[in-house]
Amino acid sequence: MKLRDTLQFSFKTVTSYPIRSFLIILAMALGVTAVVVLTALGDGARRYVIHQFSSIGTNLIIVLPGRAETAGSFPGAAMGQTPRDLTLEDARWIGQLPQVRRYAPLNVGSAELAGASRLREVTVLGGTANILPIRHMELAQGSFLAHGSQHSAQIVLGAKLAEEFFPDGNAVGQRIRLADRRFIVSGILASQGETMGYNSDEIVIIPINHAQALFDTTSLFRILIEVRNRSDILSVKEAVRQALIQRHDGEEDVTIITQDAVLATFDRILRALTLGVAGIAAISLAVAGILVMNVMLVAVSQRTSEIGLLKALGAPASDIRRLFLAEAAWLSLTGAIFGLILGYLGSLLIRLAYPQLPAWPPVWASLAGIMVALTTGIIAGLLPAARAARLDPVKALSGK
Amino acid sequence: MIQLSAITRAFHMGDQEIRALDHIDLEIVSGEYVSIMGPSGSGKSTLLNVIGLLDRPDSGRYQLDGKDVTDLTETEQARVRREKIGFVFQSFHLVPRLTAAENIELPLILTGIPPAERKTRVEQALAAFNLSERARHRPAELSGGQRQRVAIARATILRPTALLADEPTGNLDHRIGSEVMALLEDLHHTGTTLIVVTHDRELGLRAHRRIAMRDGHIVADEQ
Ligand SMILES: Nc1ncnc2c1ncn2[C@@H]1O[C@H](COP(=O)(O)OP(=O)(O)OP(=O)(O)O)[C@@H](O)[C@H]1O
Ligand SMILES: [Mg+2]
Repeated sequence: MKLRDTLQFSFKTVTSYPIRSFLIILAMALGVTAVVVLTALGDGARRYVIHQFSSIGTNLIIVLPGRAETAGSFPGAAMGQTPRDLTLEDARWIGQLPQVRRYAPLNVGSAELAGASRLREVTVLGGTANILPIRHMELAQGSFLAHGSQHSAQIVLGAKLAEEFFPDGNAVGQRIRLADRRFIVSGILASQGETMGYNSDEIVIIPINHAQALFDTTSLFRILIEVRNRSDILSVKEAVRQALIQRHDGEEDVTIITQDAVLATFDRILRALTLGVAGIAAISLAVAGILVMNVMLVAVSQRTSEIGLLKALGAPASDIRRLFLAEAAWLSLTGAIFGLILGYLGSLLIRLAYPQLPAWPPVWASLAGIMVALTTGIIAGLLPAARAARLDPVKALSGK
Repeated sequence: MIQLSAITRAFHMGDQEIRALDHIDLEIVSGEYVSIMGPSGSGKSTLLNVIGLLDRPDSGRYQLDGKDVTDLTETEQARVRREKIGFVFQSFHLVPRLTAAENIELPLILTGIPPAERKTRVEQALAAFNLSERARHRPAELSGGQRQRVAIARATILRPTALLADEPTGNLDHRIGSEVMALLEDLHHTGTTLIVVTHDRELGLRAHRRIAMRDGHIVADEQ
C-alpha cells in the first residue's frame, strides 16, 4: 500500500466516525491550547517585566546605600553597624568618572500636596535635571528643573496631578504647596502610566536639595548612573565601587546593581517559569494520548472483521499497522492544529483584555505543542496498531 | 494448480483435539470448477482457508502453481493472496463506511495501483457486474444480491487465478443465489479456477467436480 493511499484511507476512516473523532481531536486540541496559552502568558509576563525594566533606562548602574550581600564578607554588618550615608558628594564624585555620561541622585518620600482648594498625599521624587533623560521621561509642558536651578523652589507635576489640581490646563507658573513649602510649577510630565510599580502620572519632582530638606536627610535613596557605552558597565561598576570604598573609609557599605544583571535574572526566572508551565500543560497532552490509545483499541475491536477482510484481500500486517498509526496521527495532528488555532485565539483574547501584557505564544511552544501531540498520538497508536496487525485473519473474519 | 499433500489442521478445545483437516490430499488443476459439500463442521471452510493462505496447516505441504507456499512468511503469503486468490464470503464482508465503488477499489489500493488506473478499472468492474448505478451507495443501501455482486467484483478485480467462495449464496434467497452462482460460473468460463463451498445440493451439482467432506476427510471426489 502506498503511503499516500494509507494516509487517504485512514483520513476517510477518521471522517467516517465524526463524533468519536471530534472528541479525541477536542481532547488533543485542548491540550495544545493549554500549552500555547500558558506559554503565551508566561512569555508575556517575561516580556512585560523586561519592558518595564528597560523603560527605566538602559546602560544603567544603580547605587543604593547598605550592603545587600551576606554578612560574611562584611564584618561591620554582623555587628549591627548601620551603613554610612550615600551622599550628594558621593554622587558628584561618581559623576566625574570619564565613562559616566550622566548621573542622577535620587530621594524619594511622600508629602501632602496642597493648592487650588485641593489636598492629597503624593509621592515626591527629589532629583536633578538628569533624571528626565535617565528615566526616559518626557515633559508635556513647561520646563524641567533647569541646570543650576537646584535651589529654586520649582516643582514638576505628574500628568494626572496637573489635571487634578489645575483642570483648566494652566498649571505652569502657578503656585502650589508641598508640605508647607511653596513651589512654582515649572513643568508637567507627559503621561506615561505605570512603570515598575508606581504611576509616574501621580508623582511630583522637586530639586534634590529641597527634597533632602523636606525629608530632613542627607542620605540619598539611590544614585542612577548612565554609562556612555554598554560595554563599560562592568568596568564602571568596579570603578564606582572602588571610589565609594575609598570615600567611605575603606568599607564597602553600598550595593551596586547593574540593570543587565537584574534583567538577566528576571529573564532566567521567567523563562524557567514559562517552561515549567508548558510542562504542566503538556500533561494534558499525555492524557489526550491515553484517550487516543483507548479509542484506537476500541476501534481495533470494532473493526476486527474489516481487518480480517483486508488481510484476506492481501494486506500484509505492515499495511494494517500503518493504517492504524496513520489514523492516530491524523487525529492528533488535527487536534494539534485546532489547538494551535484555539491557543492563538486565546492569546489574542488575553492581549485584548490586558493590552499591557504582550501575551504572544512563543514559536518554540507552538512547535513543541504540535510535536508532542503528534508523538503522543503516534505512541498511543502503536499498541492498538500492533494488536490489529497481529490479528489472525480467519478469526478476525468470523468476528472473534 | 493447487496441490495439497497430507495437509492436517487441528484445533484444540481444552484437552480435546479436533482435526478439521486430517491428512488431506487434493489436486485442483487451473480452470477447474469444484464444489465442496459436507455436513457442518466437516472442515470445508478450513480447507478453503488453507488453500487461500489465510490459515496454516499443522503439517503437510502445499504447492501453488508449482511453488511450495507452505512455509512462506506472513508478508509473502499476503502477497500471494493479493496476486492469485479472490475470496467471496457468505456474509459479504463489505466495509460498511465505504461505497460500493470504494469497496471494489480496495484490492487495487492494497496493490499500489495509481488512482487514475484504479478509477477506470473500478468503473469497468461496476459495469461488468451491473452495479454502475449503485457505485456511490453504501452496503447498507444495497440488497443482498447487490452486496454479493460488489464482493465478487472486489474479489476478481485483480484477476486472481483462483476464486474461493465460502457459501456465497448462504445469505441469499434461491433465485438471487442462482444469479450469483451464474456470475461466478461466468468468471470460471474466462479461465478462473472456481472453488465453491455450499450446502445447497442443487447448486453443488452444477460444478464439474464435486468433493464431499466428512470429519476432516475427503469422502467423495467425482468428476
Ligand atoms: N478457530 C477454531 N477453534 C476451534 N475449533 C475450530 C476453529 N475453527 C474451526 N474449528 C472446528 O473445526 C471443525 C471444522 O470447521 P469448519 O469451519 O471448517 O467447518 P465447516 O465444514 O466449514 O462447517 P460449516 O458448514 O458449519 O461452515 C469444526 O469442528 C470446528 O468446530
Ligand atoms: Mg464453514
